[in-house]
Amino acid sequence: MTTSMLGEPIARREDPRLLTGQGRYLDDIGHRALAAAFVRSPHAHARIVDVDVTEALDVDGLVAIYTHDDLEGRVGEPLPLLIPHEALTHGRTPYALAKDEVNHVGEAVVMVVATDRYVAEDACERIRVRYDFLPPVVGIEAARDAALLVHDDVPGNVSAHLVQENGDARSAIDAAPNVLELDLAIERSASTPLEGRGVHARWDADDHSLRVYTSTQASTSVRAALAAKLGLPPDRVEVIAPDVGGGFGVKIMHPWPEEVLVPWAAIRLGREVKWTEDRREHFVSATHERGQLQHVRVGFDDEGRLLGLDVTVWHDNGAYTPYGIIVPIITTTQLLGPYKPGAYRAEFFSLYTNTVTVTPYRGAGRPQGCFAMERTMDAIAEHLGVDRTVVRERNFIQPDEMPFDHGLTFQDGRPLIYDSGDYPATLEKIKKLVGWDDFAAFRSEARAAGRRVGIGIGCYVEGTGVGPYEGGFVKVETDGTVVVATGLTTQGQGHQTVFAQVVAAELGVPIERVAVTTGDTRRFGYAVGTFASRAAVMSGNAIAIAARKVRDKALRVAGEALEADARDLEIVDGTVRVVGSPPGAPGTSIPLATVAVLANPLRYAFDREAERATQFGGPVDVSKPPVAEGDSPGLEETGYYSPPRSTFANGMHAAIVETDPDTAEISILRYCVVHDCGTLINPRIVEGQIHGGVAQGVGGALYERMVYDDAGQLLNASFMDFLMPYSTEVPVVETDHQQTPSPLNPLGIKGAGEAGVIPVSAVIASAVSDAEGFAVTRMPISPSDLHELRLRHSSEGGPAR
Amino acid sequence: MSEQLYEVTLLVNGVHRSATVPARRLLSDFLRHDLELTGTHVGCEHGVCGACTVLVGGRPIRSCLQFAVTVDGEEVTTVEGCTRPDGELGPVQQAFRDCHGLQCGFCTPGFVTTITAYLHENPEPTADEAREAIAGNLCRCTGYQNIVASVLRAAQLRTGSTEAAAEAAP
Amino acid sequence: MKPSGFAYHRPSTVAEAVDVLAEVSPAGKVLAGGQSLVPMLNMRLAAPAHLVDVNRLTELAYVRVDDDGGRRTVVVGALARHTDVEHDAAAHAALPLLREALRTVAHPTIRNRGTTVGSIAHADPSGEMGAVLALLGGTVELRSARGTRTVAAAEFTTGPMETSAAPDELVTSVAFPVPEGRTGTAWTELARRNGDYAVCGVGVLVRLGDDHRVVAARAVYVSMGPVPTVLDLTEPVAGQDPRADDDGWAAAGRLAAWRLDPDDDIHATAGYRRQLAAVLTERALRTAARRATEVAV
Repeated sequence: MTTSMLGEPIARREDPRLLTGQGRYLDDIGHRALAAAFVRSPHAHARIVDVDVTEALDVDGLVAIYTHDDLEGRVGEPLPLLIPHEALTHGRTPYALAKDEVNHVGEAVVMVVATDRYVAEDACERIRVRYDFLPPVVGIEAARDAALLVHDDVPGNVSAHLVQENGDARSAIDAAPNVLELDLAIERSASTPLEGRGVHARWDADDHSLRVYTSTQASTSVRAALAAKLGLPPDRVEVIAPDVGGGFGVKIMHPWPEEVLVPWAAIRLGREVKWTEDRREHFVSATHERGQLQHVRVGFDDEGRLLGLDVTVWHDNGAYTPYGIIVPIITTTQLLGPYKPGAYRAEFFSLYTNTVTVTPYRGAGRPQGCFAMERTMDAIAEHLGVDRTVVRERNFIQPDEMPFDHGLTFQDGRPLIYDSGDYPATLEKIKKLVGWDDFAAFRSEARAAGRRVGIGIGCYVEGTGVGPYEGGFVKVETDGTVVVATGLTTQGQGHQTVFAQVVAAELGVPIERVAVTTGDTRRFGYAVGTFASRAAVMSGNAIAIAARKVRDKALRVAGEALEADARDLEIVDGTVRVVGSPPGAPGTSIPLATVAVLANPLRYAFDREAERATQFGGPVDVSKPPVAEGDSPGLEETGYYSPPRSTFANGMHAAIVETDPDTAEISILRYCVVHDCGTLINPRIVEGQIHGGVAQGVGGALYERMVYDDAGQLLNASFMDFLMPYSTEVPVVETDHQQTPSPLNPLGIKGAGEAGVIPVSAVIASAVSDAEGFAVTRMPISPSDLHELRLRHSSEGGPAR
Repeated sequence: MSEQLYEVTLLVNGVHRSATVPARRLLSDFLRHDLELTGTHVGCEHGVCGACTVLVGGRPIRSCLQFAVTVDGEEVTTVEGCTRPDGELGPVQQAFRDCHGLQCGFCTPGFVTTITAYLHENPEPTADEAREAIAGNLCRCTGYQNIVASVLRAAQLRTGSTEAAAEAAP
Repeated sequence: MKPSGFAYHRPSTVAEAVDVLAEVSPAGKVLAGGQSLVPMLNMRLAAPAHLVDVNRLTELAYVRVDDDGGRRTVVVGALARHTDVEHDAAAHAALPLLREALRTVAHPTIRNRGTTVGSIAHADPSGEMGAVLALLGGTVELRSARGTRTVAAAEFTTGPMETSAAPDELVTSVAFPVPEGRTGTAWTELARRNGDYAVCGVGVLVRLGDDHRVVAARAVYVSMGPVPTVLDLTEPVAGQDPRADDDGWAAAGRLAAWRLDPDDDIHATAGYRRQLAAVLTERALRTAARRATEVAV
């Protein structure tokens, strides 16, 4: 039975394996591999004077110690700058092992290879690195002041400066009847998957080939980078993402220093080498995100309609810019949300600091942009004394204005044009779900009982499914199983289920017969990666295209066998049959497995079924070649999907919070989500993505921050002090869906991976502000922060509700 | 100078398993790399995330905070041992599948072991109790909504299977 | 994050353990539950040359309630896990504060392995059980090859992670005196996340006279200074009716906040901690006083 149609909330096919301990994550591979460990800089900014390894040399089990001096050829050159941009005038990337200078605590200086990780750490401990300290630049203000520089040759610590403008925003604001200015801040957080990074490499000297397993979101691109770095032909390098224990953006960054060094050492040593990142390393040597200061100047009419919006963002890019300036570009474009901004001007400065490098973390600049816009909307509402949802509604892009061109350039280098969306409908749904109009009564009741409550809302639009492309491979095997491959990787999104659903639906086969492989360059070589909520849109459509091609061919081959017109055939439950023919009627159907056999003319039979495809196996038209011109043997096809531009999902969240008047504890009483990501392939999986995003959003709003001291030491580099929420910190998430299909792709889908996290800080800030009677302008907010804010506002004589 | 080695024998998922290791070998590494039972995962190695949770003498503990040599001779249950005797998904595992209680699956083994022990103590938890029961384990993917649901579902399945077992008994 | 190497000792009796400790002193470190020690070893923040694993000392795996002519004491041996103490019915009946405080010690999985005595010997200023011992005026029993001695809680904890135990001494047990008379206790704390170390934690003990009026009140605090701080808060609440909505409770809270000198850290300002001390003290005192009225004497 086909139980696989698109839109069904079927249980995941990867689960039995993962639930019984049969998953295969990076550290599950290579039990006997040599282990790598790294001596990392304990200083935020210093010159390396000397590395003395003498004491480490007699550690039993030591295999090798490498410093930058040992790195030959391109391995010794700076790592690539992945996404160049003309505004990134001063891009800097690190070396795989620091050369001369370190720019953040945690930067790798020495690589140690030993028989196991315990021994490798013993050796690391005995290596003495002498440093000359340099004064560190910590925090966005210090970077902006530029009294000290991170890189001597980067004036003002500015890696990039970009202005985008549509209309004359400053004049529009000056001419507006109402003008407000806001100063806002979002602190640093990080993706923090439960599995850190890790790399395992095996060099086959006889075959002259390299196999690398890495916990990545971009295996094909890792392959390209490694081949280039190591001077190997790309077809001698295989890169496989095994089961990956969460990514959330941090694993789209590549190649990591360790990702280059482990294969390099494996080749050099002729041994299997593995590096499994530990949690402390992850905090100081993987990447962070979110830190920004923002200044908003907005002009609006007396109804609250935007006339001009001028936003300046100071973005903390950390010590290096290997991933370019994608994050601030996204902030300044996606900030616009579902609104028409009037004239718009966005300017950002991307700034170096002596802290861990910044690359995308789920949301990738959108949470900050959403925060800026939604705080602005609330400020306008407050200024005019109008309901916050009313101000928003007055500024919405209307459904009949789609597609809507913002006149800006998006992160994919293409025009920022919204494809579809019904924002007024989404707002109606969220108001109903949270009970927006009944809240006043609830507040009165609560107040009478001495309780302090507030309600908040946040709206976002998310560009998803960015290009350039993804591909899909679909093949019907001669036993009727369907193997599917796509190059992008999986970190828990259920691709083995949703892509199988796509194929089952397109091809008409039972889902049980479909097996999906992702992120393995042996199976599919062309891909971009899993980020920006693009996997379902990109690979989903590519696989659908490939499946349709397979279907067409299957019908053609079956038509020849059944002597029927292909247009009269359909595939149901893995059998091609004449439409409308009674089940089992002779000569009206043929199993897809048999079609696969027939599609591949054989000289040699390998089983009874295959005999039919051999040269004497049955009647053939001997006037034609066995494989027609332009055709290929087998029932397999490759398809690619390359969209003209991104497709834009949207959603709105609302929350009711309670703040304790005495302890300043902040409790989320209700959290509601309405989400529109177009057509749903598997609602259960989409729902799960939303839940997880909201939880990360709650972490970012109330708990998580990377705390650096003035010396550039990360003070909370552990799960004890970096406060990821447990179950008890995450509210029940209530959801409702809106489905506005994308006109841009065959399946009508939009991305869903990041949406949940985007508006949460804005929503919680809105709700806490509502409860407290003053505007929260900096997130995250802890009880201690709220307490201090109350003191400040009461001393300023502000209202206390 | 080479380290002194100890032979450590555990009764793991009902099977006696031994390996010779230094005293500093963490139980998590012993299970994963010496016994090659890689279902137990390591997420922080400082006892906060709970991914490495296994049952020792039926009680959930962090295997990253225990030396293998300390628990020499003890009975250990890992996620691999939470299946039914026939190898099919055990009630907690089945519940996770039914409720979409996992995404990347890395934290999942720690939840499965923790919940398995918990339901033994409290077979019929409320939703609040279920949320509290899993509060010592971090998950970065699911937002916990479906894990709470999985606890409740597992309680149902356990009760059901107990009843079914009782019915099946002669 | 793998520990350094160490010489491993696994004594099977207390006598053997103290002999080993004497032999390796001062380079030895006792390993019991390991829930605080092993993270430090894994991060190589500690690297003792010798580790003396006391997990085989089953003679110390006990929780008992001693009764010395009506003066009752809950005695906890060094190998009793937090869970054992938490679930011990007799200990709970005698001293409900133990269970109430233990439920705020990390999560159940940690309590399954961590020991109450180990937590006290670790002397973390955020440790609840050391604070409870200090509040009740309990004692610590230390054994070494040189003999046995008993130290008052106040003299045992000398600073953050510092105690008056000598390197060759093993803490074999701690004794929590059961408060006499019409007394009530309460533990309350506020942590950033469920199970985290408290931002501020308060344990209180309120004693009522025969007229059901407050005659004594004292409190202990965690995360509010280098060691558990015990404050006598009798003055603002003396003579107060536990059921009345007097403002003495709030005054006691303010007094506590004024007397405490916490530090800023990454989770909270000192000022916020004082605010919490005031609020939580008031709440805990009310609870403890109410509970005192329910005590049958």
